[in-house]
Amino acid sequence: MSYDRAITVFSPDGHLFQVEYAQEAVKKGSTAVGVRGKNVVVLGVEKKTVAKLQDDRTVRKICALDDNVFMAFAGLTADARIVVNRARVECQSHRLTVEDPVTVEYITRFISSIKQRYTQSNGRRPFGISSLIVGFDFDGTPHLYQTDPSGTYHAWKANAIGRSAKTVREFLEKNYKEEHMESDTDVIKLAVRALLEVVQSGGKNIELAIMKRDESMKILVQEEIEEYVTAIEKEKEDAEKQKKKT
Amino acid sequence: MEYLIGIQGQDFVIVAADNVAAHSIVKMKQDQDKMFKLSDKILLLCVGEAGDTVQFAEYIQKNIQLYKMRNGYELSPTAAANFTRKNLADYLRSRTPYHVNLLLAGFDETDGPGLYYMDHLSALAKAPFAAHGHGAYLTLSILDRYYRPDLTRDEAMDLLKKCIEELNYRFILNLPSFSVRLIDKDGIHDLEKLIPVGAK
Repeated sequence: MSYDRAITVFSPDGHLFQVEYAQEAVKKGSTAVGVRGKNVVVLGVEKKTVAKLQDDRTVRKICALDDNVFMAFAGLTADARIVVNRARVECQSHRLTVEDPVTVEYITRFISSIKQRYTQSNGRRPFGISSLIVGFDFDGTPHLYQTDPSGTYHAWKANAIGRSAKTVREFLEKNYKEEHMESDTDVIKLAVRALLEVVQSGGKNIELAIMKRDESMKILVQEEIEEYVTAIEKEKEDAEKQKKKT
Repeated sequence: MEYLIGIQGQDFVIVAADNVAAHSIVKMKQDQDKMFKLSDKILLLCVGEAGDTVQFAEYIQKNIQLYKMRNGYELSPTAAANFTRKNLADYLRSRTPYHVNLLLAGFDETDGPGLYYMDHLSALAKAPFAAHGHGAYLTLSILDRYYRPDLTRDEAMDLLKKCIEELNYRFILNLPSFSVRLIDKDGIHDLEKLIPVGAK
């Protein structure tokens, strides 16, 4: 027996309120930022401070979908688990039928169509997550896509989702420079700087994952993140000193 | 017709498979690779019914990869062997059984090298050496006579060559070449193809 009532229905002025409420849920989630460089793609998430007795290794917000694609999300973690699992199975299924790894666009389209289906199904509510999906296609081109609860997706050079996404996006718009995207370090630094704008206590509340072409996803350890943070703070100091001089 | 062999050493497993893909009396392909990489340190050698082999092996391969994606680490060889056995056994008692004979070779961080023999009835056995095919009848006795658990890589290779030479001498079918691979703590290594020459 299946459900006979839809939960997501149009309002008189053309809104799908359930989808919009889902987007509100996303805005409450911790910030995630993604940057697409020429040879490296980066995802960073804000790590919420865990309770004293909690093991913080069990909070993983960046998930590998396959050897060439990984994603981060903002919103309901439990909903994300479902989507990530379905995507992982689809990645292997694609390899089985087509003998090729998925392209980033394909898996983004797949995830988006799942999300859309749930906005048009009886008895179901939309997924309360937006996701940033990054990776390299097998021809070597890097990609960054963003999906949202309505099921739409767009490609981005750099983007942010979750709490304070607007602030982070404005920072990215101001500071994204095409020339800098050639250098892996500059790409990573941009992501870290963007997160530092909104994360309270600096390096230890940031989780960062990078993927270089033809390599698998690498989650940076705390020391590596601290290195970037110190380098960024030094650059800030130097910039301040320059300003004072002139 | 098809032949698989595996020999486990102290810290490695060496495996070989013939390269012929035949259709009745015709050799369709002479460079068929019958080994499937399940993970960085596990190989599945698969022979049997045409089509069933690739279908089953690739299905297992993708499921092992899915486990890696979901859990962040790869299945151990023992777990992979048991997973394969369960799948084969389940399909055996369905309307669509797979008719395949397998050797699963792998290296585990804690347990070391391992070789698993599995047949089309889904019997699973961990063994120091094993072989599949008609050639097994001719070579198992050689392995019984000369195998030692502390074989070095070169000694194991020589033992393998002895077996292939015996096939070349006594087996009615001509198997022109064999793919050879070695698995150790550093992963899977491709070795030179074995090409038996001439009559004795």
